[in-house]
Amino acid sequence: MTVGFIVFVVWLFDAATGSDAYAMFLGAMDTTAGCVLLVGWSYAFFYHLSNGIRHLIWDTGRGLEIGQATASAWFVIVTSIVLTAAFWWVAS
Amino acid sequence: MVCHRDIYCVDCGVLVGGVMSLRSPLGRVLGLGTAKDGTAHWWGQRVSGGAMAVLGLWFAWALATMPGFSYAEAIAFIGQPVNALLLLLLSVTMAYHSFLGIQVVIEDYVHGHGLKIASLVLSRFAHIILAVAAVFAILKLGIGA
Repeated sequence: MTVGFIVFVVWLFDAATGSDAYAMFLGAMDTTAGCVLLVGWSYAFFYHLSNGIRHLIWDTGRGLEIGQATASAWFVIVTSIVLTAAFWWVAS
Repeated sequence: MVCHRDIYCVDCGVLVGGVMSLRSPLGRVLGLGTAKDGTAHWWGQRVSGGAMAVLGLWFAWALATMPGFSYAEAIAFIGQPVNALLLLLLSVTMAYHSFLGIQVVIEDYVHGHGLKIASLVLSRFAHIILAVAAVFAILKLGIGA
């Protein structure tokens, strides 16, 4: 997540620097490795978001039984895959 | 070999034997307990996490619905006042949330005392630099240079 944050700042900073710096950033992202990383960061974001909400629910004292925790773990995995797919479906 | 361990009375804490020291028993223990800021850290992580859920979903939506990522489209997007405001909030909140998360990882997994302190300071500097760089870039494009 923190590496994704660094790339987000580089995107902003390159845009503020000028068209040449921005073109270099786009060039780096428009590679196979860049695309794999972007898809990876989008999944990491939606997983972190879903699991963060799971932790907030745990903080209220709910869902801490082993069966419930296992069920919510699977729910988080499926939800983050669906959200990632929806994100790229809207984007394309 | 001489043992340099001091011996204190178990009832009153007064030095009764061993090597004399000019430090008082109170002076020896001050600063060795908890820092008492664990609750603030816990709340900071959760409240910034809640803010990140809203700001992060907005940014994901904005990215997915952006017409394109050309230079002109990017600076037009960042320069829009509402987008600039939300990007500023996102950058600062993300830097804070990321700093708190990395801090926990360092505290739990970096074991040498000196290396732990150095890593924490380095992480703090890195997060401040990232936040300032993001704020500078957004303001430059938002105010229009």
